[in-house]
Amino acid sequence: MSVVEVRVPVGYAPVYRRPKALSEKRFTYCPGCHHGIITRLVAEAIDELGIVERTVGVAPVGCAVFLYEFFRCDFAQAAHGRACAVATAIKRANPDLIVFTYQGDGDLAAIGTAETVHAANRGENITVIFVNNQIYGMTGGEMAPTTLPGMRTVTTPEGRDVRTSGYPLRVSEMLAQLDGPAYITRQAVFDVRHGQMARKAIIKAFRNQVEGKGFSLVEIVASCPTNLRISPEEGNRWVAEQALKYFPLGDLKVRD
Amino acid sequence: MKVLMTGNEAMAEAAIRAGCRCYFCYPITPQGEFVQYMARHLPRHGGVFLQAESEVAAINMVYGAAAAGVRTATSSSSPGISLKMEGISYLAGARLPAVIVNVMRAGPGLGNIAPAQGDYFQATKGGGHGDYRLLVLAPSTVQEAAELVMLAFELSDRYRVPAMILADGMLGQMMEPVALPAPIPKERIPPKPWALTGAKGRAPNVVSSFDLDPYRFRERLRSLWQTYREMERNEVRWEEYATEDAEIVLVAYGTMGRICRTVVRRARREGIRAGLFRPISLWPFPYEPLRKLAERVPVLLTVELSAGQMWEDVRLAVEGRARTPFYGELGGVVPTPDEILSEVRRYVRG
Repeated sequence: MSVVEVRVPVGYAPVYRRPKALSEKRFTYCPGCHHGIITRLVAEAIDELGIVERTVGVAPVGCAVFLYEFFRCDFAQAAHGRACAVATAIKRANPDLIVFTYQGDGDLAAIGTAETVHAANRGENITVIFVNNQIYGMTGGEMAPTTLPGMRTVTTPEGRDVRTSGYPLRVSEMLAQLDGPAYITRQAVFDVRHGQMARKAIIKAFRNQVEGKGFSLVEIVASCPTNLRISPEEGNRWVAEQALKYFPLGDLKVRD
Repeated sequence: MKVLMTGNEAMAEAAIRAGCRCYFCYPITPQGEFVQYMARHLPRHGGVFLQAESEVAAINMVYGAAAAGVRTATSSSSPGISLKMEGISYLAGARLPAVIVNVMRAGPGLGNIAPAQGDYFQATKGGGHGDYRLLVLAPSTVQEAAELVMLAFELSDRYRVPAMILADGMLGQMMEPVALPAPIPKERIPPKPWALTGAKGRAPNVVSSFDLDPYRFRERLRSLWQTYREMERNEVRWEEYATEDAEIVLVAYGTMGRICRTVVRRARREGIRAGLFRPISLWPFPYEPLRKLAERVPVLLTVELSAGQMWEDVRLAVEGRARTPFYGELGGVVPTPDEILSEVRRYVRG
């Protein structure tokens, strides 16, 4: 692991720093993957609220499996899909902690659907970061519950056929129907403007927990250029032009 | 002072007295009284009672609470324990202490709700994936059930391994007078510097069973297996009853252990010098004491509510030094002392 020292030339001031909540460890994400942006935004939110010393993260199985190496806070590594159950218990065991999960669509919306829905329905006072990139990244690009109709993956080589594989699961819309959650929102990070909106949403989702408001989930529609076999730039366009058609952005539930 | 309680209630009360402050469950027969007792009593002690959406969620909540450094437990019965096996493997891999109570019923599949001992393999030989063991303790009375629950919490913390109480429907449901063990004061529960309590003034703690580097992971497992070897040296528990002059010894645990004690007494009344060897820790299994017994007793009759699961360990211990016949019942049928006694007669007067 190498640490790159950036020298600030005379007359210039640094405006972009590594968030304090992040360790020196380099991210293991692919070039152009939105996980890198989202992980950073979570760290910025933790910095903004000054809660790193009482934050416990729950890492998923998937591309963010090494999350515990990237942060300077306590972490639990959960079994595939079980992050919301693990987070529930950490928070119940010690309500002074700020507990968040960070999960992909396979983890949260397929194998962990029950744990997610029931943690939301109980209104657990936790924060959930849900990265929806419409594919299983780590295992090699298989169909996810969120894969778009017609989208090619290694397990839908002819494109997702809704007659046999069903439709993309809109988890946030489902959860927004429940009485339990305090805040359900869908964001994106494919450009700076959306990234800043996502940042605000993530801060709000953490602040809700600090203020005891209850279950907050930020879904982020993301790109996986590696498995889509496209460039990072095309990945950004993919989100803006294709994914958002099925996953429109905005707040789905806000309880104040 | 003794109180009259079911085995399920006594185990639940013992868990509270051992300092269990987070309990996660999913309803299943025949351990319902455990869940119901915890729902009534644990919150009064400032604890967390949570009825989860599934056994899978419940065991992962146990993982979370254990990671947070709290004494935690779950209870279930056979089919539910199968669902917990993924989480139990993760607990073992992440070196988390926790207590899992299995009030066994007959399987495989949905089976029925009658007492059985068909989960011996699952409890002692793995059940979940990977190279791990559980501390497995098998009570045969309500009193012993309460005491072993206390012990399970203590040893689980000491060795940082999950512990299982392997009871059965008979023990869970029956009522007996029990002298409840004294509550463990909070300050006697050992500190857990590895727990996730917030990285204030220290480096972050990570609870994980994950390591992509085979060489590093091998070291982690070697350390785990050193712990298991230490437990094999220190934590083997068993009871012998009337074995000194025995010509035949019954080997049985849990509910079968107590029935076989009656069989031994009746056999002695008709002149058969019978004895009982009752393993209390099923893992680590009392191989050595059983081997010693086999050097002087010609017949060791294993009696189980299964088709012969512990029997394999008995034969491993005896290694041909004595005859090792088997008598078992299946499907939730519990044999009477008379039925077992007829079997005993076959080997001493045959």
